[in-house]
Amino acid sequence: MDKETKKVLFEPLVDNNPITLQVLGVCSALAVTSQMSTSLIMAMALTSVTACSSAAISAVRNHAPSSIRIIVQMIIIASLVIVVDQILKAFAFEISKKLSVFVGLIITNCIVMGRAEAYAMKNPPLQSFIDGIGNGLGYSLILVMVAFFRETLGSGKLLGFDVLPLVKDGGWYVPNGMMLLPPSAFFIIGLIIWGFRTWKPKQVEHNEFKILSIAHGEGGHH
Amino acid sequence: MLNAEKKTCKYNEQLCKYYEQFKVYRDKVLALSNDSLEKTVAVALALCLVCAVLVSLATVALRPLQSYNKALDMKKNILDVAGLLQEDTDIDAAFKERIEAKLVDLSTGEYVDGNVDEYDQRKAAKDPAQNELIPVDKDIASIRMKAKVAKVFLVKNGDQLQSIILPVNGYGLWSTMYGFMALEADGRTVQSINLYDQGETPGLGGEVVNPNWRALWKGKKVYGDNGEVALTLVKGTVDTSRPDAAYKVDGLAGATLTSRGVSNLILYWMGPEGFAPFLNKIKTNG
Repeated sequence: MDKETKKVLFEPLVDNNPITLQVLGVCSALAVTSQMSTSLIMAMALTSVTACSSAAISAVRNHAPSSIRIIVQMIIIASLVIVVDQILKAFAFEISKKLSVFVGLIITNCIVMGRAEAYAMKNPPLQSFIDGIGNGLGYSLILVMVAFFRETLGSGKLLGFDVLPLVKDGGWYVPNGMMLLPPSAFFIIGLIIWGFRTWKPKQVEHNEFKILSIAHGEGGHH
Repeated sequence: MLNAEKKTCKYNEQLCKYYEQFKVYRDKVLALSNDSLEKTVAVALALCLVCAVLVSLATVALRPLQSYNKALDMKKNILDVAGLLQEDTDIDAAFKERIEAKLVDLSTGEYVDGNVDEYDQRKAAKDPAQNELIPVDKDIASIRMKAKVAKVFLVKNGDQLQSIILPVNGYGLWSTMYGFMALEADGRTVQSINLYDQGETPGLGGEVVNPNWRALWKGKKVYGDNGEVALTLVKGTVDTSRPDAAYKVDGLAGATLTSRGVSNLILYWMGPEGFAPFLNKIKTNG
């Protein structure tokens, strides 16, 4: 793998993560992460849709009229999502029942649209495909991290196996019910962002304005 | 490349001619300015065509597998509530051997003829030709409408009726819960309940699927001494020394509204508007 490909593929994992840095696709990260199994399938579905749609959009980018640019992207993404949804219903019925509407909602997932508009419209298909995989993996990484905490702390299990024995089954762990509710993912994602930015201070955004000190009297009071 | 094209031409001359023509048009369109009206329309049409074919192919090719999955899932739910589901059960075979589907007219409680295999009660409940609206004062389970004909399942052991499986539904906190209730052959003792389709809060109301909670239902009595529906959920744990303990099931911790929904669902479907006429017939027939 040459250097450029590596960069496109691995940069979105931590350095340019779609959830923690670009803050895209948070909605589904809240919804499907109460269990590890659903998160994994969702991550795979999103990664394949992002990669394939980026490649397809990149292939038609030179002939996409700018007036219907977004519609062209949407049609390609929507078709791929329907195909993925149909495949899941045929081959992973149990999981597709759990994911319910969220597979369909990949259409509106900001990561897919974001990568199409920001990368695929300007780069050749193969590179766009790799960029899609990379961003999909970045999304997957966060999803798996969030699901790990939510499932273990919320129901004492991981992928269906008992990790923390629950009090109601004769163990010692009292599950944290809030972990099973979507808002808990907000806290976890927040903590992950904090962790990432402490580790990589470059990710900390600069203030968009400068706070003037009152002592110099240059404020707006008259 | 040239050779290959020549080869196809040999076999499909007409097709090849069309293709040549198509190539001319295609090149013309591709050469147009991106922002011209013609190109915009052409790109939109071509893209829609390609995507439509892709989506239709996927749906049509995968439909048999999907409907099989759906049917299998339903059979699994039914076997589960009948207590016949083990890890290695051959679902199709077990279903065929032990379970008989029947159509029941809810108002009379009589069996009716019809295509049992094709009948879908959940669809029928929404079809104006096959459903009836439930008056507000009688709509205990908050479902607004129900099918006139219900699809019940009889579990047989040889020739003997072992249990009766009834479809039930009712509104919980967020969602309409759909499930099956299995009664023993006497038509009043609960064997099991399986709320297979629900969107209640995971970990709280969603615990209606918890095997430990479902196990509490076994042996509970549906009808009191006067024939009224007496089975309800209570807050907390049932005190087994209570005289009416046989009519009470533990409520779900932290899910008062879902528990109330389950109570209402039992009250409605086991009552005169639901399966009471049918169950009475079964009882009198032995």
